[in-house]
Amino acid sequence: MPLDQSFVGRSYPPSPPYEVGREKIREFAEAVGETSPLHRDPEAARAAGYRDVIAPPTFAIIVSLKANDVLVEDPDLGLDYSRVVHGDQTFVHHRPIVAGDRLTSVLHVDNITSRMGNDMLAVRAEVRTEDGEPVTTGRCTLVVRGEDA
Amino acid sequence: MIRASEVSVGDELPPLSVRITRAHLVRYAGASGDFNPIHWNERFAREVGLPGVIAHGMLTMGLAARIVTEWVGDPGAVVQYGVRFGRPVPVPDDEQGALVDVTAKVTKVLDDGTVKVNVTAVVEGKSVLGGASAVVRLA
Repeated sequence: MPLDQSFVGRSYPPSPPYEVGREKIREFAEAVGETSPLHRDPEAARAAGYRDVIAPPTFAIIVSLKANDVLVEDPDLGLDYSRVVHGDQTFVHHRPIVAGDRLTSVLHVDNITSRMGNDMLAVRAEVRTEDGEPVTTGRCTLVVRGEDA
Repeated sequence: MIRASEVSVGDELPPLSVRITRAHLVRYAGASGDFNPIHWNERFAREVGLPGVIAHGMLTMGLAARIVTEWVGDPGAVVQYGVRFGRPVPVPDDEQGALVDVTAKVTKVLDDGTVKVNVTAVVEGKSVLGGASAVVRLA
């Protein structure tokens, strides 16, 4: 059954703040094999002009995945998460994510389309600091596979 | 860090080959908080119609980013990065896992010091990321 089109244009309240930790950045960098000292050594990061260690370019997925939860768990939308796959992902970084950032995310539903029995939700997570400074815009397409797909 | 004046359209970045084993999937699940069982549970993956355990698309995206970050030297220079998850990457339950071959080429050099790089990631001869590109801001 196609998803309710009235969800297009909807946005959700900001997610609870996510505090970015140095050790989390190090753990994520190791998981994706990033070797730069800028992910691990605060002195090296400061020497490069950053306030503290910076996160790898795809670290923002941690925050934007949490932001998706409000959509996935919205009973009105009725999404079957076991049928959801990640279609695409883009990050636009207004600045790098830095250890010590407290980030909140507002999720927007930009578009809902159907193709070959699959529903596709274009969603956008606007990641900002608690003070409202824009940090990252994450866009992704969630593909909900149809029953026969 | 590499400078925009040293870069030309058509430049190829040093290629990268990355192996993904089941251990990498476990580590990435913990680091990212994405515990979807299709990435670690063979039985579950097959039940939902997959050939077996597959890599997180975001792990493949993150690994492929290294071709750009290692070239630039400063991962904070990446101002935009996007991919389409074109094809799943099955990860066999052995020491070899899946080998991802990543190549990249400069496609735009703009006056503001930003450079666009197109990224290709291939597993067993087939592309696994579609339309992947990064924009980096160079000095």
